[in-house]
This record gives sequence, structure tokens and C-alpha cells, in this order.
Amino acid sequence: MSRIHEAFGNGKAFIAFVTCGDPDLETTADVVRAMAENGADLIELGIPFSDPTAEGPVIQSANARALSGGVTADRIFGMVRELRRDVTVPMVFMTYANVVFSYGPDRFMSECRDAGIDGLILPDVPYEEKGEFAPVCRKYGLDLISMIAPTSEDRISMIAAEAEGFVYIVSSMGVTGVRNEITADIGGMVELVRRNTDIPCAVGFGISEPEQASRMAGLSDGAIVGSAIVRIISDHGKDSAYRVGEYVKRMKDAVSEAGRR
Amino acid sequence: MNRKGRFGEYGGQYIPETLMNAVIDLETAYGRFSADPEFRDELDTLFRDYAGRPSRLYFAKKMTEDLGGARIYLKREDLNHTGSHKINNVLGQALLAKKMGKTRLIAETGAGQHGVATATAAALMGMECRIFMGEEDIKRQALNVYRMRLLGATVVSVGSGTGTLKDAVSEAMREWTNRVDDTHYCLGSVMGPHPFPTIVRDFQSVISREIREQIMDAEGKLPSVIIACVGGGSNAIGSFYDFIDDTGVRLIGCEAAGRGIGTIETAATMSTGRPGIFHGMKSYFCQDSHGQIAPVYSISAGLDYPGIGPEHAWLHEISRAEYVPVTDSEAVDAFEYLSRTEGIIPAIESAHAIAHVMKIAPEMEKDDVAVVTLSGRGDKDCAAIARYRGEDVGE
Repeated sequence: MSRIHEAFGNGKAFIAFVTCGDPDLETTADVVRAMAENGADLIELGIPFSDPTAEGPVIQSANARALSGGVTADRIFGMVRELRRDVTVPMVFMTYANVVFSYGPDRFMSECRDAGIDGLILPDVPYEEKGEFAPVCRKYGLDLISMIAPTSEDRISMIAAEAEGFVYIVSSMGVTGVRNEITADIGGMVELVRRNTDIPCAVGFGISEPEQASRMAGLSDGAIVGSAIVRIISDHGKDSAYRVGEYVKRMKDAVSEAGRR
Repeated sequence: MNRKGRFGEYGGQYIPETLMNAVIDLETAYGRFSADPEFRDELDTLFRDYAGRPSRLYFAKKMTEDLGGARIYLKREDLNHTGSHKINNVLGQALLAKKMGKTRLIAETGAGQHGVATATAAALMGMECRIFMGEEDIKRQALNVYRMRLLGATVVSVGSGTGTLKDAVSEAMREWTNRVDDTHYCLGSVMGPHPFPTIVRDFQSVISREIREQIMDAEGKLPSVIIACVGGGSNAIGSFYDFIDDTGVRLIGCEAAGRGIGTIETAATMSTGRPGIFHGMKSYFCQDSHGQIAPVYSISAGLDYPGIGPEHAWLHEISRAEYVPVTDSEAVDAFEYLSRTEGIIPAIESAHAIAHVMKIAPEMEKDDVAVVTLSGRGDKDCAAIARYRGEDVGE
């Protein structure tokens, strides 16, 4: 087991995402520190991929900007090692199967462990294909995070029963991105997850406002925000860290509020 | 590793969880309907009366004499309704989708042939249709864009990435995760997550079953070689499939080498790529050393794709099929050669296969038989080829 459970040890968790290398790794490191200082309980670090098929336009553009700046998995491992001197919150990587496959799963997970990464989210690796990655993750003490979606229905029990770290509940159909409304029966999905596992579950996709985060965290164990943060970075570039920090603080307060209700 | 939908280690289902029940439902429905005689009858009737099957196997006498070696036959998929082999797969999938209660078809297209075929089937079956096409391809295949609109489809321009077939596939996948209840993703090639590579191959394998019958009638023996162009690989697998166990029949797939496999402007996946995971499958992909998918190039919009279907990856690995690169320049020469020699204007995709038979036929024996699949007709390419030759025909 990794440190991920610590993220959920202190009330409802706020989970923040950032695309590494957008616009450069120095900015990403500043943003990560700002997130940690302002209460993010878990940080998802996106390793960019040329063709991120599960992402909406905001994160697609961030991936393209990061890659055009020449970021690679090795440079990201280096950044994480630096961050680990002072940043203690659990961190997971979010990337696509080919990035890991191309690096070599064993070498990739070994680097993850050495750098201080706690888990891995691969949106294009569903339950049926996780056997290729999960044993390697386990070997290096990383959690391979499972996702469930509004269409998962009869698959939720099976996925939750084998889940590690936390269960990532995809709130909506479609790709990542900010949404006005989340209509899926999150409560029902959470209930099914809890019937099958003791590990926490957090809701992501489409959350940008404190009220949404509070409501989603109220229904589960935490809220995940990606596109809204990436949009701040897209608007403010190298000067984003302070603004991201402010945003994270507001969101964390809303999520904590849900925990006290 | 999950063994479902695998060809050796290739294939699989590398897709977001949101789509898993959709592909499982599709697999179940396909299992049920493909064994249903009524479904088979309906599809056979559509193939015959609507698509115009069986397509002809034409003995290219002038070409044979001119090249002076193997006897060359052309499998005329270009004569199908909508002008290419794509209709075989689309009629099958549209009928299946209809039986599953879907009311909407979405699809990617490169050259526009698959988009036109999908729009056609949607019109025929009274379904809504949305086609995703890279903005670069929309420019180079304007006629097909108009045909799709004429048939009632909405054409969505995809500007992300390189604005070509790969990005159209990504966008169609994104759209499918957005709306699966009423929507079937009519994938155009033997690629993507299981069960698509199997379903598409089964619907396209009518090509090789017909070749077998027709060549036995014409020559009383199996061909020495079967040649087809390969992007994702649907006309090639359709042409190869019935002959895979006939190890005396050489199977050759012709990849788009663009400006050459020594340049970065190429789409020759087997020659320049390596195994990877993308678009729902494990297969060969053109990619950099970090696993980032390469921005490929070919004059042919239909072959301008950085991957290849997983069954081809397997046939390559066990050395059952050979994959050879053909450059833009060779393909354009072949495009012109077939037009002049046989009075047949081939699709620029198919011209890649013609180019290869032009290379190997002269070295073969006179009693050897070479079958080349002419996957589509070339009307759509005339303006682009004219431009390649420095001529503006005003399209």
C-alpha cells in the first residue's frame, strides 16, 4: 500500500491535477508547491501524451504545449525528485498506456518509486487490461488507480473489489473538461463502490466551482479538479502558481466544509 | 494479460472505462447476429443488390503483357457502390447497429471513402450520421466532403494534432464516450479495441472468399501472390483472410512511405514503427523514442495513419505476410500507369498496391498469378494528383 490513504485521512480530500511541463517544468514545480501549501491532499501529475483521447480541449492543448517545450518522462522524474525534498503530499502520475509501455513498465515503475510517486492513473487501461501493469505497480509499491464511469453499471462491483489507492469516479460521460451540471447518480455509484471495498473514492471530470466540489465531496470521499486548474495555467503561463494556490485554497475550503456537514 | 480479442500479443481493449460496456454490448450483439441466418440473408442481399457484389476479378491483359511476367488480376472493389471496399464493412456494421437499436452512426474518415460509405448506409437505413474528418483531409478531399453532406451527414472538421486521420479517430472516440446510448461508432478499419478488428475483418473477408472462387474459375489454381495497400489494413486483411492457411500464397501489404522511409515524412508503420498501445489496441505505431505518436505523412489521405491493425502486426510477426513501403512518387506513377494501360483510374491508396506489382511482376514466372486488390476508384484523387504534377484543375 502506498501513502495515498493519507490523503483521505483528514476529512474530505481535495485532489488537484496539473499537466507537467505546461508551459515548462519550473512552472509545474511552483504550481505543485502552491497546491501542496494551500491544502491539496493529493496531486495528480499529468505526463503529456501526443494524442490524449480521454481529454477535452483544455488538457489537450496543455499536452501539446508541454510536448512542444520538450518535456519527457525522464525530465518529469527529475522534477519529482526535486519536489520530494520538501513536498510530502501523496503524488500520482496520470498518463496514457503508450508512455509507460514505451518506457518499459518495469523501468517506469522503478523510476516512479525512486522519485517518490505513489500511484498511477492510466485512463486507457480498463479493468480487462490492467493485468499488464498492476503486478509491476505492486512490485514497486505503487497503486494502480481504477476508474468507474456512469456507464460502468454491472462492472462497478468487480472493479471496486480489486481497486487500490482510491477509486476514481468519472462524474460524466465524455472527456475531461469543465461542466455546468453533473447529472450522473454519483450517490448510487459511491454506494456500490463502498459495498465492495474499504478504500476511499473521489469524484472527478467536470468540477470547477467550489459548490460542485463541495457537493461531490459530500457524496464521496473527495473531489478531483483538472481542467479548471489547467485553464488558469493556460491563461497565466509562468505566473500561475500564486493563482492556482488561491484557487486550490478556495476549493479545499469548500471540500472541507462538506466534511463537516 | 487479457487474451480476449488478441492476435498473438496484439489487439486488446485499451479504452476508457466509459466505453467498456459499449464494446462488450457490441461483442455480444455481433456474436448473436453473425450466427443468425436472417441477419446473414439481409446482409447478403444488401451486398448483392445494393453494393453490387460480387465485385469483378478482372484479368489485366495489357498490364500483364507490358510487365512481361506474372498474370495480373485486379479485384475490382472500386466498382462497388460508393466506389470502394469500405461499403462491405459499413453495411455490416450499420445493419448490426440498427439491430442493436442504435439510431445514430459516427465515424472517422481519412480520404473520405469510409465517411461516404457510412453516410450512404445511414441514409439507406434512416440513421443520423456524423463524420469526423481532419481539417487537412477536408482540404485535399473536397469532393468527398460534399458527397457526405449530400447524403445527409454532418461533417465535423478536426483541427487538433495534425488534422488528419489519426486525429479524426481520436475525436470520434471522444464523441463516442460522450454519447454511447443511441450511437454506434462505425470504425472504418481493422483497428481500435476488440471487437472492431474482428468484426471489420469478417465483413471485409468477402473479398478473399470471392477471389478464391473467381481465381479457381479463371486459372484453376490459387494465386502466387495477393497484394493490397495497407493503412489501418481493412482491404488488405479482407483480401488475405481466406488465404492465411494457404501458405503457398504470398501475402503482401503495401504501406505508404510518403517521401521515403528514410525521411520523417512517411506513414510506413511496419518499416519505421514499433509495438505500442494507441487507439484502443496494441499494435505497431510510428512513434518517437518517448512513445509519442509521430505526425505521419502520405499523399494518400486514406493511408496517412501512424498505426496498423493488430492482426497485421501478428501476420508480420509470424512472417505470414510481408509489408513493403511504397513512396508517393511510385504511387503517383502507378496511378497514371493503370489509367493509361487499362483505362482504370485507381484510388491513390490502391495505386500503392499497383506500384508494387509493377516492381515484382516482371521478375515472376509467366504462369505465376498475382492478384491486386483495387480498393477504390480514383476520381476523388484527380485534383490532388494534378496538383502533385503542378497542374491546377480548378477543384
